[in-house]
Amino acid sequence: MKNCLRRNVPPGFKPFLGTNEYKNHKRFIIDEVISTNTSKVISDISKLFDLLKITDGFTLSFHHHLRNGDEVMNMVLSEVKKRGIKNITLAATGIFANNDMIAQLIIDGNITNIYANYINGKTGKVISEGYLQGNLIMQTHGGRPRSIEAGELKIDVAFIATSIADKFGNGNGLLGKNACGVLGYTIADMLYAKKKVIVTDSLVERVEYCQIEAKYIDYCLVVESIGKQSGIVSGTTKITKDPIGLKIARDAAMFIEEAGLINNGFSMQTGAGGTSLAVASFVKDIMKNNNIKASFASGGITSYFVSMLKEGLINNLYDVQCFDLDAVASAKINENHKIISASKYANPFDNPIVNNLDFVILGATEIDLDFNVNVTTSSSGLIMGGSGGHSDTAHGAKLTIIVSPTMKARTPIIKDKVTVITTPGEDVDVLVTERGIAINPRRFDLIEQFKNSKLKIVSIKKLLEMTHKYTGIPKNVEFEKRVVGVVEYRDGSIIDSIFQVRNNYEL
Amino acid sequence: MKSATCGSLESNDCLITVSESDILDIKINSIVYDLFGDAIFKVVLETLNQLGINNLKVTVNDKGALDYAIRARLITAIKRLEK
Amino acid sequence: MRRSLLFIPGNNPGMLQTADVFEADSIIIDLEDAISLFDKDSARNLTKSFLESFPVQKEVIIRVNSIDSKYFTEDLDIIVTDKIDTIMLPKAMPEDIIKLDNLLSKIEKEKKLKKKIKVIPLVELAKSVLVIEEIVKIPRVDGVLLGAEDLASDMEVSRTNDSVEILYPRAKVALACIAAKIEAIDTPFISTLDIDGLIKDANFAKSLGFKAKACIHPNQVSYVNSVFSPSKEQIEFSLRVLEGSKSNIKGAFSIDGKMIDKPIIERAEKIISRAKRFGLL
Repeated sequence: MKNCLRRNVPPGFKPFLGTNEYKNHKRFIIDEVISTNTSKVISDISKLFDLLKITDGFTLSFHHHLRNGDEVMNMVLSEVKKRGIKNITLAATGIFANNDMIAQLIIDGNITNIYANYINGKTGKVISEGYLQGNLIMQTHGGRPRSIEAGELKIDVAFIATSIADKFGNGNGLLGKNACGVLGYTIADMLYAKKKVIVTDSLVERVEYCQIEAKYIDYCLVVESIGKQSGIVSGTTKITKDPIGLKIARDAAMFIEEAGLINNGFSMQTGAGGTSLAVASFVKDIMKNNNIKASFASGGITSYFVSMLKEGLINNLYDVQCFDLDAVASAKINENHKIISASKYANPFDNPIVNNLDFVILGATEIDLDFNVNVTTSSSGLIMGGSGGHSDTAHGAKLTIIVSPTMKARTPIIKDKVTVITTPGEDVDVLVTERGIAINPRRFDLIEQFKNSKLKIVSIKKLLEMTHKYTGIPKNVEFEKRVVGVVEYRDGSIIDSIFQVRNNYEL
Repeated sequence: MKSATCGSLESNDCLITVSESDILDIKINSIVYDLFGDAIFKVVLETLNQLGINNLKVTVNDKGALDYAIRARLITAIKRLEK
Repeated sequence: MRRSLLFIPGNNPGMLQTADVFEADSIIIDLEDAISLFDKDSARNLTKSFLESFPVQKEVIIRVNSIDSKYFTEDLDIIVTDKIDTIMLPKAMPEDIIKLDNLLSKIEKEKKLKKKIKVIPLVELAKSVLVIEEIVKIPRVDGVLLGAEDLASDMEVSRTNDSVEILYPRAKVALACIAAKIEAIDTPFISTLDIDGLIKDANFAKSLGFKAKACIHPNQVSYVNSVFSPSKEQIEFSLRVLEGSKSNIKGAFSIDGKMIDKPIIERAEKIISRAKRFGLL
């Protein structure tokens, strides 16, 4: 089948019909699952598997708040491998290079289906090469809780790494030796999974602040270490030093200012990625020069936004995930550093925070002449990312800006058609590159407003031609006919398919 | 056997090694092989043609260099070989 | 007319192909100090190949190796084409510049170039500072760059934050250029992370009569452009002066109680000229 963007939808899935289609549907929520277990503390993972009767075909879920420092998912999946359990559906919000062991479990058939919002490392490669026997469903940060609360993604056991917990099953991510901050991605799993296990390395008498609530929790698995707190920070969570990135960021900030969006009480979000974060620092200068305060910043929070909060430049931070240890520390002590669930952040049916955003700054691996954006695969079709909150924020924000150089190591970012659509062009307004700024023709209001701007406004077609002058025209990459995964839009419909890569590609 | 190199393995550059040979032997190793492998072959062949060279062993280790850089690195490597 | 000149190493493809993006008025492609001795040929060929494929819309300056080096002759042979505008000569002394002038005339004739290649001497020796008045008189010389790091080395003194050691050379070079009606270009600011220091240094050079400053990092360019651009107030005032001079052909007139005479009108013309050149009008 084809959807409204003329992209492939495998049989059995619903085709994407537009970003506003969800407004024609009512929210559907299954009953919360309350635990009846009273003796919850356990330290033997093998015994836990026996008690929960984890067997072939189970769906196990995990979160990625410890990002590249997580050890819980690897530990649980090692037990799966040890027991020779097969046909597991892995529902992990994020898979990193740290979790490369998953690749072998896919090849051996222990894992046959995967739901994820973000995949990097060997796991993505192995799926692209066709080893996953079942389906890969890439979801968004807002679409995943929607699918869980609606009973579409049915989780048998949710494993919730919780840096501090008590014997009743209360917990949070703010305290403990490996505090990872906000546990925003875990809430839907906590409410609706059949069985819930918190995994902690810091068990205390009583937890005060309960982002994780005892009444939902069946077991509390106590381990040596849930991971390394330091693994949260990575290259994508620091401001770029690259002069090209800085120029793009400065121009993006000037565009936002000229668009009239930096006023008292405005709101903003920047995605992970050095250039996106650099935009925040230029916006901060503009705010300071004009005595402007923002009402909130949201999304993945870094030390940069924390310092703006401390300086009184922003009233509130709505945090769904902490990107560094300063953010973790701030979430613990600052009243205005608010902790929210992924649903409250981006679920289209939950009146989400993203709907109140004035602007969002996002990245792209590819963007096409219709302004569709790919952040799921590389130009060679290898899975190396995923929406995360990309399509959620793009829809909610008044102004969606993509920041990217025109090319990365000869590979053009602008294409005729993106390899895989993550976020549809109808929600993408502006592309800022080092050689010019393109405005989506749908935004005739912006085109009119920027008619006489000193910024270099060019059509996206012109930017593509300019880029090809440098790179040459790339060959069209060919794929196998087999679909290895689908990109599920926030409302559960399929916006695109991911095809298996040809064997003779070279990396 | 005499050989010469030019360039680097930095992003946007390529490292080209040329050595004496009885035949024309071109090997391309590139991070963008699927997108630009053919284009890289083309530049190497055209440059060798222009220099009137029919037998040479050329190895290109490419990190996303544009045509002009491949051409320049190849020409310099060949000149170094001739010294 | 330039405000900023950005140094780009000639052997680095990634930097060459993005050099024009940073809004510097000129780019200086360096074949000298930024290039190791083993790669002089590589840099020359890469620069030539780049300029042939992607003509740059701004002034292209090539810093060749010094005239007494074994690389100089080949630098000129390979690099002087219609694709470049200016040669920057390091350790320049008057006799070197005259030699270069003659060589350029020869090459322009042989290669049938459509333009006359300009020269920017790099004043970085004590003896060059002392003969600056001779240097600026040579017709091809279009501007002078002061090289404070090498000059301090020649003087066997350290470079300091307040730059007292180069105060006299700076002032002398600026005055000589002004007298010869060419532009003095200030030495680059080495601490690339210190933006406040850069702005202070650029403003100081401006107050001595420098019209431009060289940059060694793209992040410096926009700040240097700001310092050496006519300000909004200057532009507005100059426009009023020129308006006034049009309607007062007979003689002096006044604006805001100030007497406006010929020197002020000429200054206003220069400011508007600069403003137009830099797209500020």
